[in-house]
Amino acid sequence: MTTFHDPTKPKHVADRFENKHAAPVGSSAVVATTEEVRVTTPPEICGMGHRMKRKEDPRFIQGKGRYIDDIKLPGMLYMDIVRSPYAHAKILNIDTSAALAMPGVLAVITGKDLAAHGLHWMPTLMSDTQMVLPTEKVVYYAQEVACVIATSRYIAADAVEQVVVDYEPLDVVVDPYKALDDEVIIRDDKELKTNRIWHWEVGDQAATDAVFANAAHVVKQYMHIPRIHVASIETCGMVANYNPATGKMQLYMTTQAPHAIRTVFALVSGLPEHKIQVISPDIGGGFGGKVPVYPGYVVCAVASLLIGKPVKWIEDRSENLQADSFARDYHLEAELAADADGKIVGLRVNGLADHGCADAAANPSKFPAGLFSICTGSYDLQAAHVNFDAVYTNKPPGGVAYRCSFRVTEAVQMIERMADMMAHDLNIDPAEFRMKNFIKQDAFPYKSPTGWEYDSGNYHAALRKAMDMIGYEDLRREQAEKRARGELMGIGISSFTEVVGAGPSRDYDILGIKMFDSAEIRIHPTGKAIARFGTKSQGQGHETTYAQIIAEELGLPANDIEVEEGDTDTAPYGLGTYASRSTPTAGAAAAMAARKIKAKAKKIAAHLLEVNEDDLEWDVNKWQVKGSPEQAKTIQEIAFAAYTNHPQGMEAGLEATDYYDPPNLTFPFGSYICVVDVDSGTGEVKVRRFVAVDDCGNIINPLVVEGQIHGGLTMGLAPALFEEIVYDENGQCLTGTLADYLLPTAVESPKWETGHTITPSPHHPIGAKGVGESPTVGAPPAIANAVVDALWHLGVRHIDIPITPEKVWQALRDAGVTE
Amino acid sequence: MSKHTITLTVNGTEVTKEVEARTLLVHFIRDDLELTGTHIGCDTTSCGACTVMLNGRTVKSCTVFAVQANGAAIETIEGVANGATLHPLQEGFWEKHGLQCGYCTPGMIMSAKHLLAKNPNPTEEEIRWGISGNLCRCTGYNKIVEAIQYAAAKMQAAEEVPA
Repeated sequence: MTTFHDPTKPKHVADRFENKHAAPVGSSAVVATTEEVRVTTPPEICGMGHRMKRKEDPRFIQGKGRYIDDIKLPGMLYMDIVRSPYAHAKILNIDTSAALAMPGVLAVITGKDLAAHGLHWMPTLMSDTQMVLPTEKVVYYAQEVACVIATSRYIAADAVEQVVVDYEPLDVVVDPYKALDDEVIIRDDKELKTNRIWHWEVGDQAATDAVFANAAHVVKQYMHIPRIHVASIETCGMVANYNPATGKMQLYMTTQAPHAIRTVFALVSGLPEHKIQVISPDIGGGFGGKVPVYPGYVVCAVASLLIGKPVKWIEDRSENLQADSFARDYHLEAELAADADGKIVGLRVNGLADHGCADAAANPSKFPAGLFSICTGSYDLQAAHVNFDAVYTNKPPGGVAYRCSFRVTEAVQMIERMADMMAHDLNIDPAEFRMKNFIKQDAFPYKSPTGWEYDSGNYHAALRKAMDMIGYEDLRREQAEKRARGELMGIGISSFTEVVGAGPSRDYDILGIKMFDSAEIRIHPTGKAIARFGTKSQGQGHETTYAQIIAEELGLPANDIEVEEGDTDTAPYGLGTYASRSTPTAGAAAAMAARKIKAKAKKIAAHLLEVNEDDLEWDVNKWQVKGSPEQAKTIQEIAFAAYTNHPQGMEAGLEATDYYDPPNLTFPFGSYICVVDVDSGTGEVKVRRFVAVDDCGNIINPLVVEGQIHGGLTMGLAPALFEEIVYDENGQCLTGTLADYLLPTAVESPKWETGHTITPSPHHPIGAKGVGESPTVGAPPAIANAVVDALWHLGVRHIDIPITPEKVWQALRDAGVTE
Repeated sequence: MSKHTITLTVNGTEVTKEVEARTLLVHFIRDDLELTGTHIGCDTTSCGACTVMLNGRTVKSCTVFAVQANGAAIETIEGVANGATLHPLQEGFWEKHGLQCGYCTPGMIMSAKHLLAKNPNPTEEEIRWGISGNLCRCTGYNKIVEAIQYAAAKMQAAEEVPA
């Protein structure tokens, strides 16, 4: 598997258009780094770079958002789900009679009912299969077993209690290393009687072995990147509305990828795709958890189809935490090699992925371990080899992302921990060690040993800035003084490289659907516009930032542009919003569609001004005659003419659509520095300061970027210190409420200090990169490194995240510090 | 299931409805009164998305029965603005980017409103503790704190203007 962008191939359509933001394209051009956010439009237009207040906010701050549970249709029924109390058990019998006898209960749907229609199994997004409802056995705790349809949510919940299921418990496999033994086969529906799902390798094993054989220093560490859950504050849900008279199925659904889901529903159900309308309303957070199709969605749709009435299904929090797709759960054995000068030369990783009962990741299909192969990180090393196996266990299907681009968090946690460990072992300051080993600015575009071509970067500048912001040398002095007094203070660094914006159609697809994305812009006669996209915001602020991209390109005020997403009947086809792909793909499509409009506008302007097109030049919001700028036509005048006075022979109207197929991914990066104080009595870790310097290329809206980074940092703090989905030996989930699964509050979350450098993407039309997930990826190792840094002198080499007080206390006890 | 007739004031308007004894206040507000700005996030009093004001104090309406609110005055997010004029908190959340997906926002604003009623000039730490019963998964809280500081300053300034 390689993902090189072939520079000999024709460049993308982007090259055909003016490209004022992107850095010069060329295989060896060094992209310069700046700090100033570039603004080229006045505030009334509010193009790129403006700190524009979000256009979507007025409805949310007044409680007028429209989320899935706010949708109420006439005659609507409610669905609730009977779930398994066992992680692995045969189903002997399901008795629905008592439930069906209850007033207000219309139906109880079981696996056998679905089997009659061939709908009891469904494909996962990774081309594995997953039960919708079981006919033979259950394979995880809280698995969906039967669904009750009733006239109210209370009656549905009552009826769930009346469905009697006889189970015969089977042996449970919780430990993925035990799953490798194949003593208990979890998926006996499959031809091959094994728990192994896939094996995957990347890199050059022989070259890596050779590098290790000659290395002066090697560090080795096992680490577990634990199972976590996105726990968006809104759970998942659906309102399915089948109209028997028209044959149309409307699916209001909490989905991050409405178009792809429509296609999947069409293929699975046999309903014609034009009779399926997926509407993704306002979404209360997604973070990857609303990419997959869960059994509840399918049964809800089937119920509406069978009954001919609207049916609503809303998960409760325990269902959400216990049964929806999880993230992470990677077991890694990593080795890092360095030469005698402290230069990293090689990386070797053996991984085991615990996928639960199905490979239900939402990765691009050619990437079973997602983009984990970014694991050489920000360092210029000679060789790397990654070796991965994946297994089934008796846990819910996974693994989706948790605000992360397909397994990049696991990779970054590993390489940043290993780099820190090597620095400490060699007694080199971790900052100095990173500076020494970074890929140099003039090495971009950089080809990594695992096949990536990093588009642009300047890692030294980002780390230097973070060190300046936090006062690194002073902190090291303070640490030395405190250590002399027996106080535990640590400073941790993470200098990460992200890989986002999947992706080029050559290599990236989900279930065969290529991972382009789209924008359609229509300019109305009065100069106002509507723009529709194949993505779907879940809080990222697309209604504002997409409008700013179009405002930048066309000079239409961002406030005059309505942005719409999430209705498959109106929006152009796209793969949706996850993995920080919206700006790299649909954001690029917005710019490209606007440039098509601008090209047509030029012809109309030439016609109106009675000049040759070549005599015109663009200025912010108008085409003007070169040398006599008083002769000009604004975009609004041109829009009016497009409907009232367009040149004969030209199509009327002013609109364009673009399906953007990116030539490469984008590689945002950053350097984070965290300062922690550790209580030696209780093991509690307090994040005292945290500086994050991010580089996401050109910035569309600094306010929104700051918000994305702050939010991602708290979602990075969470798995570093608090969150883990835990199972007992019987496969029972012990973290099924928000009282057990600890999300950080405003009290645990520190006051984030953020800064930026700007190193544009050379291939993106507006020079931007994705940003929403960088902080989630970059923060955990900074925190983990800080804790280990505080304890290193006591002999502590590593603590797995989440670094709970108990783990720290135990480490201190093992070190003989506490009794 | 026994039914009860309850009368209460919601956002200044008196309502009388018949409810089942077990009906949760949040379902009464959302389903019976169709005030869907109050959200449900956890069902267990952990997340605060369902926070409303009951007789001037914040409660998590997912763990209060509607019958317990009989005779009470309830305020929800829909009652916070003064007609078309946004409350300083709403303005602050918009101005300072104190929200992203918007799902926790109504509950967050209700908690902040209660905080500022008790403590018009809170420190940053007091603000953080004041909203510690409300979870936000998107913002990282910094900008929510700034939004509340914005509102506090604006409300303080309005107090100081002589009538």
